[in-house]
Amino acid sequence: MSRILVVAEHDGVSLHSGAARVVSCGLAIGAESLDVAVMGQDCNAIARQAGSIAGVSRVLCLDREENARPLAAVQAPQLAALAQQGYSHLLGPSTTFGKDLMPRVAALLGVPQVSDIMSVESGRRFKRPIYAGNAVLTVEAPADHIVVATARLASWPAASEGSEAAIEAIAVDAELPAHSRWLELKTAETERPDLQSAGVVVSGGRALGSADNFSMLYSLADRMGAAVGASRAAVDAGYVSNDMQVGQTGKIIAPELYFAIGISGAIQHLTGIKDAGVIVAINKDPEAPIFEVADISLVGDLFSIVPELQAALEDS
Amino acid sequence: MRKIMVTLKRVVDYNVRVRVKPDGSGMATEGLKMSVNPFDEIALEEALRLRERGEASEIVAVAIGGDECQQQLRTGLAMGADRAVLVKADSEVQPLAAAGILLEIAKKEKPDIVIMGKQAIDDDCNQTGQMLATLWDRPQATFASEVRLDGGTARVTREVDAGLETIEVELPAVITTDLRLNEPRYIKLPDIMKARSKPLETLAVGELGLPAVPSLKSVGYEPPAQREKGELVENVAALVGKLRERGLVT
Ligand SMILES: Cc1cc2nc3c(=O)[nH]c(=O)nc-3n(C[C@H](O)[C@H](O)[C@H](O)COP(=O)(O)OP(=O)(O)OC[C@H]3O[C@@H](n4cnc5c(N)ncnc54)[C@H](O)[C@@H]3O)c2cc1C
Repeated sequence: MSRILVVAEHDGVSLHSGAARVVSCGLAIGAESLDVAVMGQDCNAIARQAGSIAGVSRVLCLDREENARPLAAVQAPQLAALAQQGYSHLLGPSTTFGKDLMPRVAALLGVPQVSDIMSVESGRRFKRPIYAGNAVLTVEAPADHIVVATARLASWPAASEGSEAAIEAIAVDAELPAHSRWLELKTAETERPDLQSAGVVVSGGRALGSADNFSMLYSLADRMGAAVGASRAAVDAGYVSNDMQVGQTGKIIAPELYFAIGISGAIQHLTGIKDAGVIVAINKDPEAPIFEVADISLVGDLFSIVPELQAALEDS
Repeated sequence: MRKIMVTLKRVVDYNVRVRVKPDGSGMATEGLKMSVNPFDEIALEEALRLRERGEASEIVAVAIGGDECQQQLRTGLAMGADRAVLVKADSEVQPLAAAGILLEIAKKEKPDIVIMGKQAIDDDCNQTGQMLATLWDRPQATFASEVRLDGGTARVTREVDAGLETIEVELPAVITTDLRLNEPRYIKLPDIMKARSKPLETLAVGELGLPAVPSLKSVGYEPPAQREKGELVENVAALVGKLRERGLVT
């Protein structure tokens, strides 16, 4: 049996939706206990949210001024110190937060890291995607060392809510560096659901041709309560912001319904949507690779199809 | 003047579809086109631009692997790196071990900035830059989309899930690149000729005298679960019908 520590991501206000998915991954390992570490400043409300996830034994709050903003170099020594208090596994989310932080903790602990766990074969054996999802590798972490890993969020269901785990404020003895400073975060203000947790996602590609044309997709998304995503080509062209990129180097998502509109279906894009429930592809090229993986395919010009689709949905 | 170290990993070209060997013992990479990891190419491009702006004077490119990695280092030299170092290793080098090797090179070269790709497109680990920064006890600025230097600090804008984050780190530091940092230049023929006479030093990993570090064992490789090809619909009405049938839209 294992003693698991999950590091929770948050934005200073609320817990990231991925935390409940990382907990699922932890529970799959077979947890004797599963604690969640919340690093922040005045993070009681976030700790309570973490404590409500089913399966969580305790929430450990590392509340200090230096944790007001996430800086991997500052958080890693604290997490490494905490992890050494008898934990067998340290898990984080495979988000930019976890990808930045966890290798730093692993290096402090002198252990390798397992990135992007898709499934748990045993307490030390895990499956993870490689080559942009072209293959799945089973790896085994070395015995007698703590396992440090990130969980691929799209592979794990969110653990249910409704518990009330104890919250403990703790302090760890760790020297924090002063060589890194957080300056600012620019987020695209949006009322739409979060791309990583939305049930429906409408994505557009290079074919949209301009930022203005993306407004077609925003209205379609709003009709369905969907989030809007994009291919790398659409982000590179400046039609939308970087946080909307779906794929190998963007977000890996698993909505129930995904629309790929004017997206060719390059392997790097497909790896981001493999776990989607139903994929709808709209493309004018019948040979586009996206049609190989789509559940429902419609060949045609998006500039006539999207408005028609909008009208058909409004009709009901 | 600042010195920049960049790392160039040899990987299967991103345009090539790699498959698992039928016996599941590895990936069938023999005979495939090999290239510089695209994120590392972006790292080198950024170093070149910093040098062209007069913000750095020397660029050294480092690779770890077999003799064949000289090809990627020559590509780097042709792009414009001044010197190259190949650390020869015959077996697989995982991120923690690679970070240990790069630390030794960094101690010797004393760069002000190490720029690396955020991940290699073969193992997709996204670890080595962070691990090097840690072992070196220096700051990291990962997933960079903009780098501005000012005296002894770097201001780096990072592509994070929530948007664009800017941090400031003291040099020396490790920066890892994201896709939109820049668009790497094409190599011109005369540059390939010039690169032949640039220094490329090799040393055996054994010469560094590093202790073994724990590593992950690769147990087996398998192809990913395939999604089945779905159905073609004729028009929007049919599409909406299918979606309603499945209860996906109202
Ligand atoms: C290291 C690396 C990492 C990458 N990571 C990612 C990633 O994370 N995410 C990602 O998406 N990509 C990624 N890419 C890029 C990827 O290889 C593709 O270049 C990209 O996904 C293409 O975007 P696209 O489908 O929008 O554009 P295109 O490939 O240009 O496709 C446009 C499509 O639109 C169709 N079309 C054109 N006009 C119309 C019309 N009027 N109506 C309907 N259809 C139309 C065309 O038939 C075509 O299929 C990465 C590449 C590299 C090298």
